[in-house]
Amino acid sequence: MPMKLHEYQAKEIFADAGIPVPDSRLAESVEEVLDAVDEIGYPAAVKAQVHVGGRGKAGGIKIAGDREEAEQYAEEILGMDLKGYTVDRVLVEAGVDFVDELYVGVTMDRGEGQPVLMVSTEGGVDIEEVAAESPDAIAREHVDPAFGLHPYQARKVVYEAGVDDDVALDVASILSTLYDLYEDSDASEIEVNPVMITSDRDVVAADAVMNIDEDALFRQPELSELAEESYEDDLERKAGEYGFDYVRLSGNVGIIGNGAGLVMTTLDLVDHYGGSPANFLDIGGGAKAERVANALDMVFSDENVDAVVFNIFGGITRGDEVAKGINEALEQFDEIPKKVVVRLAGTNAEEGMEILNADLVEVEETLEDAVQRAVANAQEVAQ
Amino acid sequence: MSIFVDDDTRVIVQGITGGEGKFHAEQMIEYGTNVVGGAVPGKGGQEVAGVPVYDTVDEAVDAEDADASVIFVPPAFAADAIFEALDTDLDLAVAITEGVPTQDMAKVNKRLSETDTRLLGPNCPGIITPGESKLGILPGNIFTDGNVGLVSRSGTLTYQVVDSLTNRGIGQTTAVGIGGDPIIGTSFIDALSAFEDDEETDAVVMCGEIGGEDEEQAAKFIGEHMDTPVAGFIAGRTAPPGKRMGHAGAIVSGSGTGTAESKINALNDAGVPVGDTPEEIADHVEDFL
Repeated sequence: MPMKLHEYQAKEIFADAGIPVPDSRLAESVEEVLDAVDEIGYPAAVKAQVHVGGRGKAGGIKIAGDREEAEQYAEEILGMDLKGYTVDRVLVEAGVDFVDELYVGVTMDRGEGQPVLMVSTEGGVDIEEVAAESPDAIAREHVDPAFGLHPYQARKVVYEAGVDDDVALDVASILSTLYDLYEDSDASEIEVNPVMITSDRDVVAADAVMNIDEDALFRQPELSELAEESYEDDLERKAGEYGFDYVRLSGNVGIIGNGAGLVMTTLDLVDHYGGSPANFLDIGGGAKAERVANALDMVFSDENVDAVVFNIFGGITRGDEVAKGINEALEQFDEIPKKVVVRLAGTNAEEGMEILNADLVEVEETLEDAVQRAVANAQEVAQ
Repeated sequence: MSIFVDDDTRVIVQGITGGEGKFHAEQMIEYGTNVVGGAVPGKGGQEVAGVPVYDTVDEAVDAEDADASVIFVPPAFAADAIFEALDTDLDLAVAITEGVPTQDMAKVNKRLSETDTRLLGPNCPGIITPGESKLGILPGNIFTDGNVGLVSRSGTLTYQVVDSLTNRGIGQTTAVGIGGDPIIGTSFIDALSAFEDDEETDAVVMCGEIGGEDEEQAAKFIGEHMDTPVAGFIAGRTAPPGKRMGHAGAIVSGSGTGTAESKINALNDAGVPVGDTPEEIADHVEDFL
């Protein structure tokens, strides 16, 4: 999963790099919101800090014109449920008197294998809709990663997008800085939507999306620390600690497997046979017994899970290690909390089957049979 | 016949002194792969898995007349290792390493476009021509020699599908794992094109997954350029948008690109039947043969 920074984290990074952002304070209580507006003045935006797209439409961003409104919005937004996430923090930010909104972004164009700069004068709205409906409204410029960005490229794409002449160089300068941040922080994506043009013709980054390539966190120690603050779900935090690729879903069949493609296929089969996946959990290649036990612990601690399917096709992963881990995890229970169906194939699968304590699990030979049995187990519990 | 590797391929292993590098060098040798040496900075002069180790890839390639390299180097040093392989005249570099930063791969990709070396991966299981040569971590015992080519973004899914084929007595010419990262060397189209030109390959299995547009482009290629029948599979039908399913490349973006539906439709439009389950892929292949 790309590591997503919160708006307030990204804006701190922007400000440190010299990109103009509105004056703002982070607040975790109504009192803190009121302290913040007393300092910042009105109008002030109260913005939920959760990783949810379309916060504004969902009621997570409100503009307060006075203290009374600020208090009301703080009460509304703090603690609210925004598409499944609870809002613990808001950013209180000085309102900007803007006359125009732009979209500016840097991301990796997978098809080209190169970073791409994007600028559009149709900012402030869902840029993906703009891209789908009028792709020509977004100007693009690819960057040769071996050279990095030539400053003219930032100017070129800004002029191509049709940004007003009097602010074009300021916007190009922000774009150059964003590209530097993109490279220096191993971002997978940086997006400012909108960049606001004020009535005084100043240029301000009014929003900030910054996602970091998780695979590069080993050389981004400061950003790794920010990641700690960015988990929003206890299970996702636990998965982070265990080092699993984990995605929580809404169903009741817990799924554990090795290798992303095969785990996805197991999810799809659960759906195909009438069940509903509770999660994606890839234990990765070469997992030892302890890791296998941790995986079961993860899935057991999800209260939505009614039954589990554990599917391993060993290449680099060995069936005997998997079996040991399953035994270890299950032998500690007086009563197994959720039925576990196991399918072991590939490297050392036969040794694994001999080690596996058949009193604790249900064993199936094929992936299809294992999934169907787990779906049936889950349906039994759910009834 | 086969694609990309056969029993003449002379292989070196970058990172052969590490745990994984050594283990899999031994496994490859046991399978019959012609492993002729290794390259690890500072370890020149040693012998591992019965083959000599050199300090640089250049030395190893020169001394052992190697054609291919398999790279088992940790993510932080993987891009450097790939650059080193690309700067020799190797025909093939296979990068097994998982977790190479995407911006590193963008730089590698640029260099790759300037060389004649083929790169497979990163984050891939490698390539196997059953009975002849295996470069990577694939479990050799599930493969059998035959007339079906296979190309896949996922390692373990490859094993699952090959197991179904082998159990039905359907063997493989070559199986290629191209890797699950956003930026990779060899694409579906490169492998499909090679299978199309391979006289012994009578049918091809292509296993894709959500994310990117490679499968859509491959579908177009199949429709326009292939006579060899292709059966498809797309993993990740139930993946919600915005959630990365393990592979760095496996993510449906908010704008709806990279969905399983779009890929399945593109394949169907190109006349490629897409299995709902791995067993159904094998059914389609049986129909072809």
